[in-house]
This record gives sequence, structure tokens and C-alpha cells, in this order.
Amino acid sequence: MLYFVARRLVSALSVVLVTLIATFALFFIAPTDPAGAICGDRNCTQERYNEIKQNLHLDKPKVQQFAEYTAGIFVGRDFETSGVVQHCSAPCLGFSFKNDRPVTQMLADRLPVTVSLVAGYAVIVLTIGVYVGSMAAKRRGTFGDRALMTSTLVVSSVPYYIVALMIALYLTILYPILPRGGWTPPSESVGKWFLGLLTPWLVLGIYSCTSYARYSRGSMVETLSEDFIRTARAKGLSDRVVTYKHALRSGLIPVITIFGLDVAGSLAGAIFTERIFDLPGLGVLVLDSLNNYDLPVIMGTVLVASVILVVMNFLVDIAYSIIDPRVRLA
Amino acid sequence: MTTPENEGRKDTPDTMVGTVPGDGPVLPDAKRNPSIATRERRDTAYTPSGETPYLVVQDLTVQFPTADGLVSAVNGLSYAVPLGRTLAIVGESGSGKSVSSMAVMGLHDRKRTKISGSIQLGGDEIVGMPENELMKVRGDAVAMVFQDPQSSLHPLYTVGNQISEAYRVHHKVSKDVAKKRALEMLDLVGIPNPIRRFKQYPHEFSGGMRQRAMIAMGLVNDPKLVIADEPTTALDVTVQAQILDLLNNLQKEFGSAIVLITHDLGVVAEMADDVLVMYAGRCVEYGTAEDVLARPRMPYTWGLLESIPTVSAASEKLRPIKGLPPSLLSLPGGCSFNPRCPYTDRVKGERCTTDLPELLPVDGAGAHTSRCHLHDKASIYEAEVAPRLG
Repeated sequence: MLYFVARRLVSALSVVLVTLIATFALFFIAPTDPAGAICGDRNCTQERYNEIKQNLHLDKPKVQQFAEYTAGIFVGRDFETSGVVQHCSAPCLGFSFKNDRPVTQMLADRLPVTVSLVAGYAVIVLTIGVYVGSMAAKRRGTFGDRALMTSTLVVSSVPYYIVALMIALYLTILYPILPRGGWTPPSESVGKWFLGLLTPWLVLGIYSCTSYARYSRGSMVETLSEDFIRTARAKGLSDRVVTYKHALRSGLIPVITIFGLDVAGSLAGAIFTERIFDLPGLGVLVLDSLNNYDLPVIMGTVLVASVILVVMNFLVDIAYSIIDPRVRLA
Repeated sequence: MTTPENEGRKDTPDTMVGTVPGDGPVLPDAKRNPSIATRERRDTAYTPSGETPYLVVQDLTVQFPTADGLVSAVNGLSYAVPLGRTLAIVGESGSGKSVSSMAVMGLHDRKRTKISGSIQLGGDEIVGMPENELMKVRGDAVAMVFQDPQSSLHPLYTVGNQISEAYRVHHKVSKDVAKKRALEMLDLVGIPNPIRRFKQYPHEFSGGMRQRAMIAMGLVNDPKLVIADEPTTALDVTVQAQILDLLNNLQKEFGSAIVLITHDLGVVAEMADDVLVMYAGRCVEYGTAEDVLARPRMPYTWGLLESIPTVSAASEKLRPIKGLPPSLLSLPGGCSFNPRCPYTDRVKGERCTTDLPELLPVDGAGAHTSRCHLHDKASIYEAEVAPRLG
């Protein structure tokens, strides 16, 4: 088991390294012009342009730039703007001259928002989504099952941003049944934090539950027809134990794969939800940075997003090996 | 309820020993419930070996409503098994042998299955028993050993965990006590180093060891009836004999009744006291192993026997039963076996295709019954079939 974890860890780290190189290449080696982007189209004198280039160290060889960038992540580095030296402490992901702040700090501000959103979302899909799917699997072919599956299909074929916008408009503004979305740090007020996130959790969660219910239904239908389920029933176990202990454990495996990727994707930017429900999360940050051509921020977000993806995949692998002992051999 | 089978039994009073009140283990239940007593007196004292039965199946019919129509997987099946004896149910795939045994465990989905008739286990009626009572019977009084231990054991739980779970379902004991019991069972079924094996997963076991573990799990609660559904089919030939020996020895030790489902007549010869041959959901021949294997009286049984390869008959080709089992949705008229039967021309008129033969004693009165219109079954077998068996 330890060996398995170590091996997965090594492969995860190498993926992160490759991502680091690729992201750097994409933004600083590819024919982009970061200094020009920062400088803007108007009122950019050649002098100012050269100064920015120098501040960003873009005049140095690419390898050195990369070495500095990478070193910054581990030990921090200094930036100079208009004669003022700014220290960017480790882990330094670059410096946003547009906002005059280190990228790491900007990300750190936004991360709790997105993590709060995704954590609540995860709880909803893993409980309600999986439970509804399992119930449908147990009652497969009945009217209830078919009605449920049809309605999930209908809901998930409407684009998410339409559903979210409609609910935001009708249920929080025109008929304020649900609290309006917004961000309050939990350190300030847990109650406000909860109320501000409640509607986005429900909307994002229940919308995705329709997919999770279908995944887990399919997986459970298959598992429930396995021979070992018949064995469990033949032992005299109750229906509940058979379904939620014996069947769910192996029925969950495919759901966890999807869940890992889904959560990683949402952490990297639940853009619609954050925009619609006024949550200043990572997704909104990326959107704003793209509008401003704030390249260091975009690059930092891409890097963080890919690390999140790698970490989630690693966690999914570990979860697999806990659930399924056969995986440890592979 | 007078089925053809019952009529045949009226003149066999000697086989009723054991159901008369005051004589045999069925009694306490019979006293408590007089209706069961009368029913048993009339119908159920009947086993080919003439002992008091523990499991009594009467006129069992199992049907599955499907989009294409009603599938009658089991049709009017009756048999009985006493404690300490083994009944082999033999037949091709789809003959209803597994379906009928699943009914004994009450394992069919109620919403999808129509079951009628009676299944009595030590006097308790299984058909129509509420689910919460059935749960107490399953795995306790009656246990099942399945065909493929690879897929029948849960891949994600340790073998020890699965065996102790089976024990704890029916015994309110601590995990330690259950573990002790599981280790005891692993040892009993001949798994070396039980302490290490207890912690291992099914995929770390070999096929034979897995089936031993499955048997340990089935027997952990000391069941009175064990249903073994083709327990050796998925195993290596060399391991098959070991598993059969194990079942035999455990039966001697625990004195349980065994229903052995198989299509392997070699296994039947080794294990069975009684044999029931099924075809298309019906019993076509029923008797002691001695009777059915040495004096079979039904062309289908002959076909099964003829299709066994023997060393002495090596020069000849195998003689398979021609054709395929009929669809259970549209059984042929008359005897279900008639389209494949080579002897229909020996029966006068069209009876084979118009009348369903009754299950009647082959010699007019005995416990050995078969379902066939042929009049001279004994002479046909002796003259034509027996010589071919070598």
C-alpha cells in the first residue's frame, strides 16, 4: 500500500513538472507579448515598454527566465516596478503589475470562495445524487424510476447557465424565496457565509445531481445483478445492508472517477456559478484577468488548476486503492 | 389438490413412515399446525429413499412475466429431501433446476416472479413467507453454495470478513467471537493457514480455495439444508473431486440435507442418494440414485447417460441428445421432450405430441417415477440403450 502511494506520488509530481514547463512555454516562449499586453495599446512609449520588459525579466534568456520563475515558487523572488522593489515571497507565482500584487496573494484571496462552493457541492452530489441513483437502481423499471430518469434527462439537457440564471432571477430576486448569493468569509460570520452560499450550492448541486443520479444508477444496476449480491442476500442480510454496504461499495468506483475530475474542474473555475451568484472565486479571477491581459495571473491560475487536477487524480487513486484491494496490485 | 404425482402415491403407504404424528422430526410443527399435518400425511412423506423429509417441495411453479409472455421456468415440481441425504437435480441449462432452488431460498424478486405451490422447510412454509422472516431462514437453516466462487464472493471484502459477517447475521456475537468461528470454519474446510487466509481477499485465493471458502461461509451457521448450485462446474477437474469429498465429509459431520444441482452425471453418481431429472421446468424422472442411474426409465435420462464419454466406448462417437431444449415461452404440445425423443414412433397414435405424460411409478407402485408414454421402457432400455452405455 505504501509502495503504491509512493509510486503514484512520483508520477503525480512528474506531471506537475511537465505542466509547469508547458504553461511557462505557452505564456512566455510562444509568440505572445506579455510586456505589450501589460503596456496596453495606447500611450505606451517605447521607454515604458522596455522598462516593463526589464521588470518582467523578459530581456533575459528564456532558460534563465524559467529558472527564476521556478525558483520563485520555492524561495520567492523580487520584482522591480518603477524603481520600487516588491518582494514576492514563496510560493511566488509571479507578480501582477496591473493589480500591483503578487499572484499568489490574489489566488489565496479567491481560493476559499471556490473551495467553499465546491465543498458544499461535493456533499450534495455525493449524498443526494448517489442516493437517488441507488434508489432508482433498486426500483429499476418501476414508474418512479422511469419518471425520475426522464426528469433528470430533461433537466440536464437545459444548459446550466440558463437554469442558474433563471433561478437567480426568479427565486432570489423577483420572488426571494432563496437567499441571494454572496461571499462573507466564514471567519467573519459563519451564518452569513452559509446563507450566501446556500443558493449556489443548491443550484450547482442539484443540477449536477441529475448527472450523478444517472451515473450511480447505471453503476448500481450493474452491481446489483452481480453474483456476490445474490450471495449477500443468500446470507440473510437485509435489503438495506445488501444495497448500501455490499452493492454501493463497488457501485461507487466508477462514480468516484467522475467525481474526482468533476471536483478538480469546478475548483479550477465554476465560472458560471461564481459570476451569477456574485462569488469572487477563482473562475471570476480568471475571467477578469483574461479581460485585462493580466498574463502572470492567468499563468498562475492555470498552474494552480493543473496542480489541483493532479492532486485530485492522486486522491482518486488513493480512494480506489482503499475501496478496491485489487487496485493496489496494479 | 390432486396432481398426477399424488395419485401415483396413494398406493405406496410404506413411504409414509415418519409423517404419522409421534414419529419423526416433522412432528412438533405438525402438532402446532394441524393443516400442515394433514397435508404432509397425504402428500409429502414421499422420498425415493423413504425417509422423513426436511425439505418438502410440493407442486412448485415459478413463472416470470416478460414482455414476450409468461415464462414458466418451473412447472409442478415436487420433491423431498431428508436430513443427511443428498438429492441431485439434473438437467440441461434452462431446465429450471437453479430457478427452483432459488425459490427454496426465497431469492426471487417478488415483483417479477409468480410462485405457487408449497415449499416446506422443517414444516415452515417458504412460499409467501414475509421478507423479514425469510431473512432469518436464509443463511441460517438453509445455505447456498454457488457455482462460480470467483464472482460469488465480494471482491472488495476479505474472505474472513465475509465469513464472519455471515455468522453475525444470525448470531448476536462480538467481532472476535465471529472471527474465531470463521477461523474454525476455514480450518474445517481444509484451508491451510487460516489466520493468514482470513485477512486475504478472494482474488488472492485459487479457484479451489475460493470454493472452500464459499463452503465455509455457507456452513458457518450449521444449516440443516445446503443447496449446492453446480459447486464444481467452475473448477479444475482435479479440484472437483476434492470439493465433492469435502461436501460429503461435511454432510456426514453436520448431518445436513443437500440439494445438489448439476448437469454432471459423474458428480451425481458420486454424491447423490436420490436423483431428480428435470426437463423444460418439469420433473421427468425421480428416484434413488441407484434406480435412476442403473434403471433409467425415460428417454431424456437415457440421452443424458449416453452423452457421457466413457473410456470403454472410446471407439464410438459421443451420442449427444439431438436438438435444443425448447423455449419456455412456447413449450411443445404433449411431452415437452417429444421433438428430441427418438422413441416417439413406439407410442401408439399421437399421444407424445398431444398428451402430457404423468409422472407415474415405473413399475406400477414403487417410488421410482418417470414421465413417459412408452409402455416397454424397461425392455427398450435393457435391449437398446444399456448396451450402448458400455
